[in-house]
Amino acid sequence: MTVPLALLGLLEREPSHGYDLKRDYDVYFGRGKPLPFSQVYSTLGRLARDGKVEAREPEPGAGPDRRRYVITDLGVTEVETWLNEPVEAEPHLQTVLFTKVVLALLLGRDAEAYLDAQRAAHLARMRELTEIKRTGPLMDRLLADHGMFHLEADLRWIELTSARLEPLAAEVRS
Amino acid sequence: MSVLVEARDAVLSFGPTPALRGASLTVTPGEIVAVMGPSGSGKSTLLHCLAGILVPDGGEIWFEGRRVDTLPEAQRSELRRRRFGFVFQFGQLVPELTAVENVALPLLLGGTRRAAALAEARAWFERLGLEGVEGRRSGELSGGQAQRVALARALVTRPGVLFADEPTGSLDSLTGEHVMDLLVSSARDEGTTVILVTHEPRIAAYADRDVIVRDGKTALLSVQRTTT
Repeated sequence: MTVPLALLGLLEREPSHGYDLKRDYDVYFGRGKPLPFSQVYSTLGRLARDGKVEAREPEPGAGPDRRRYVITDLGVTEVETWLNEPVEAEPHLQTVLFTKVVLALLLGRDAEAYLDAQRAAHLARMRELTEIKRTGPLMDRLLADHGMFHLEADLRWIELTSARLEPLAAEVRS
Repeated sequence: MSVLVEARDAVLSFGPTPALRGASLTVTPGEIVAVMGPSGSGKSTLLHCLAGILVPDGGEIWFEGRRVDTLPEAQRSELRRRRFGFVFQFGQLVPELTAVENVALPLLLGGTRRAAALAEARAWFERLGLEGVEGRRSGELSGGQAQRVALARALVTRPGVLFADEPTGSLDSLTGEHVMDLLVSSARDEGTTVILVTHEPRIAAYADRDVIVRDGKTALLSVQRTTT
């Protein structure tokens, strides 16, 4: 959902070609996950269909698509609304972690061993993010921090769940 | 792979309360190891045993191939002063001394002449971004500055092992991470082994690997840091 809105936001800054939009998206938001060209053009197509951008006539020049995209008033309103809306504070009750623990207990398997393995995986990822924080540019450090806080929340949940496995097992099997 | 510090099945009770129930840990030279666990799990007790501050009721503690737990207190004290550095959460600086005198203290106790000790101590102020606070007393330092002074004091003797017990526990997140950054960088520069006790995953993430202490036992050794 964020890709169309991020592209719209980049277009609000200035009209752009698909190629340049993809490049800007990758610089600001890609972070190792570059946006495929096909997704850029399919998204722009949908935004044009919905009246949020306008595609200008192709310009002469090299390359397959020299079409410039311009954001419409409707598109600007959409960006403005999205930026002012808080993201839904989801309780994440149905996470994979939760499902695995409950299922392990239901089946009489070793839920504690799973939680230990998950803790080790989380800590390993936190070490990678810490390295980025120590050596990376500020934008990468901010993203790493965001990831760290989420992993930390999971780890706190893992600790609490580890401490409550016995009563949880009794409840699940009752 | 050589072993620098080791606990083998360490057992220790405080009166009727068991703190360690057979904790084992092996640390190799230059490693940074985080010891994690919930409150009361025994992680600080394990650190104090490894550092020769506490003597376990059972099991063995080794340092550089030498049994530590059977040494008399005077020899363990000598070992701590000469080979180990310590950073704790609170109240480490001598309030009557200036910051630079605090850092020079271990050198002075080891017999270094005052002028030389102070000169060596001053060099650490620049390394840890503490220029200008050399003459302040602990009450005139911020929490982050005081922890950095404590870190300088722990490292000034170039110890073989730095034992750090919740070294950022009294600091806000940003200051704590700054202190950890300096601790890790300095330890790596000096080749110092670090054994770090923390309950905070984001502090443990500065280590090469983690050990979980649960109910007085070491429960999990996680994978080594993958360098990129």
